[in-house]
Amino acid sequence: MYKLPVGKFFESIIDWLTQNLGPFFDIINSILTGIISTFETVLLFIPPLILIALMVVLAWRIAGKGVAIFSIIGLLLIHSMGFWEETMITLALVVTSGLLALIIGIPVGIWASRKDAVENVVRPILDFMQTMPAFVYLIPAVLFFQLGKVPGAVATVIFAMPPAVRLTNLGIRQVQKEVVEAARAFGSTSQQLLFKVQLPLATPTILAGVNQTIMLALSMVVIAAMIGAGGLGGEILKGITQLKIGLGFESGISVVILAIFLDRITQAMGEKSQNKK
Amino acid sequence: MAAKQEIKLEIQDLTKIFGRRRKEAQKLLENHHSKDEILEKTGCTVGVNKASLKIMKGEVFVVMGLSGSGKSTLLRCLNRLIEPTSGKIILDGIDITNVELEKLRQIRRTEMSMVFQHFGLLPHRTVASNVSFGLEIQGVKENECRKKALDVIGTVGLDGYEDMMTGELSGGMQQRVGLARALATDPEILLMDEAFSALDPLIRRNMQDELIDLQEKVHKTIVFITHDLDEALKLGDRIAIMKDGLIVQIGTPEDILTNPANDYVKAFVEDVDSSKVITASAIMFKHPERIMDPKDGVGLAIRVMKKNGINCLPVTDSNNNFEGYVHIDTVVKHKKEGGHTLEGIIDPEVPKCLPDTPIADLLPLVISSDLPIAVVNSKGKLEGIVSKPSVISEITGEDVELQEKTVEEE
Ligand SMILES: Nc1ncnc2c1ncn2[C@@H]1O[C@H](COP(=O)(O)OP(=O)(O)OP(=O)(O)O)[C@@H](O)[C@H]1O
Ligand SMILES: [Mg+2]
Repeated sequence: MYKLPVGKFFESIIDWLTQNLGPFFDIINSILTGIISTFETVLLFIPPLILIALMVVLAWRIAGKGVAIFSIIGLLLIHSMGFWEETMITLALVVTSGLLALIIGIPVGIWASRKDAVENVVRPILDFMQTMPAFVYLIPAVLFFQLGKVPGAVATVIFAMPPAVRLTNLGIRQVQKEVVEAARAFGSTSQQLLFKVQLPLATPTILAGVNQTIMLALSMVVIAAMIGAGGLGGEILKGITQLKIGLGFESGISVVILAIFLDRITQAMGEKSQNKK
Repeated sequence: MAAKQEIKLEIQDLTKIFGRRRKEAQKLLENHHSKDEILEKTGCTVGVNKASLKIMKGEVFVVMGLSGSGKSTLLRCLNRLIEPTSGKIILDGIDITNVELEKLRQIRRTEMSMVFQHFGLLPHRTVASNVSFGLEIQGVKENECRKKALDVIGTVGLDGYEDMMTGELSGGMQQRVGLARALATDPEILLMDEAFSALDPLIRRNMQDELIDLQEKVHKTIVFITHDLDEALKLGDRIAIMKDGLIVQIGTPEDILTNPANDYVKAFVEDVDSSKVITASAIMFKHPERIMDPKDGVGLAIRVMKKNGINCLPVTDSNNNFEGYVHIDTVVKHKKEGGHTLEGIIDPEVPKCLPDTPIADLLPLVISSDLPIAVVNSKGKLEGIVSKPSVISEITGEDVELQEKTVEEE
């Protein structure tokens, strides 16, 4: 049977991109390196116990007592297992790529919600992105940015973006038709409509998207250890490849604790905005 | 209506077609194809079909029609929330059909405002900041917004509610907020799309009365959409009736009632006006369980009431002249005290009406008393009894279904 050259096709696209957009990728590379290392430096500069205290206060203020207690126990456990540095490296990467995914994804979602044509283009792309196995993203990232944290962040941004776009679009489209009509009938400009009506009413849905994006970012950052992103993922990888069961287990627990911490806090933000309504 | 008539808002041959193949659809429309045919041939929906109207300054102009007849579309063409496919919109003698967006926004901000069926309020804001929304959009300063908001909140009778969230208010109150918001920008024209349709019948009637009172004070030009003839008759100085996007008749309420232009309007007029047309004699029980005579014994009266599970009975003399009701507790007491007949314990102070009283007028009686209403003719003879549930279900229409449903469930 004739073999369709699908693989060849993508290869040639990527070849072309690397050859022609080299300088562009270099710029992205240095910007991302800068952001990631800034976060890392800050997180590692603060003494662990003080940072744990700060994180616990944050959890308490946003998510309440239960989550705060969990955070004390969980974060101290990570610290005592000796994974604090790896956890902070992972967190820096999650924050960087999560924020980038939101900074790109939310505006795209807003745009899609305002123009059906945009939604029609964006939707199949998102579907495609979400059905791809996570580590497929690593391949082009490695080709453009070699190994290390930057390709990990790039792959993570792309992998974590779909829910931000989707739920922003959905949240804005769900705003009651009459409320939007009312805003227009009183002479709102489209910006006033967006900032005074659509975004405030869509906030709980958008924050649900933020939560999902952050969680996807965490899972991808762990996988990105395969291309040298380091952090907790790197330890897990060591655990697997060198059959160090204890190491794998301990770093796995650290990932779970970090995941629960991030999840509860971003979820609580959504719930808070819902209650305000 | 005002003696000197000045046209405030006019539309000429206004047409709105929804869908992609509008050009084709419009050609078919020119050739007098029907809405259904056009939908079938082109997939386009005719929203409004060559409507022409002149709305006078200071009048309440009602547009009435069944669901899907194009009322909302017509109304939204007036402030171009929906862009008409063809035709003209003329405000104060100036064609605004094609004015650019900036000017259009200005018109929406100062000339006309809108009240919505489901209120269209912002649930994340307080009453006051909802009311001042239109001013805020114009860039009016915050303390001025607040001042004006409190002012109109007073006008619509919501004093004291200004800092509540709108979700905490009842439907009627939410619509007052909607009305206040529309008044806050001091527009000349109010566009009201089924503004009272989502409210309970009683509240709805209150709001209609209040709108009439308010209009006496503010003299706005009001375009009011409804599918309810009673409401149209009550509020409208003039009424336009729409069917399938066409305006089939325009006239004063009297014109519409006495000279319906065609069968469609006639059917409308016949169906909807029921509570004003249907009289007590149509819904009364002509043969109540038992009519007592003053000479009947107390024992008999008690037995009849117990058997039928009721606590009062009508009493007439031998010539059927209505005397009043006897109540179960007085009858029992009378028996204990050794009385034999009903004489002396008949209560003449009961709700009464004439056989030709419209049922709309029975409502106050029903509300003020738990007793059934005695239908007594002009000669003082008892013709029948009207029960409380039958009045309410006849007026609301919905309760009938509800009752039937619960009966079926049992
Ligand atoms: N955005 C739209 N796209 C397509 N068709 C529409 C649109 N809006 C309204 N229509 C159609 O136009 C016609 C008139 O609708 P409109 O909402 O004006 O009726 P209405 O008289 O206000 O009815 P109701 O009493 O149900 O509010 C209907 O057949 C409707 O299906
Ligand atoms: Mg409508």
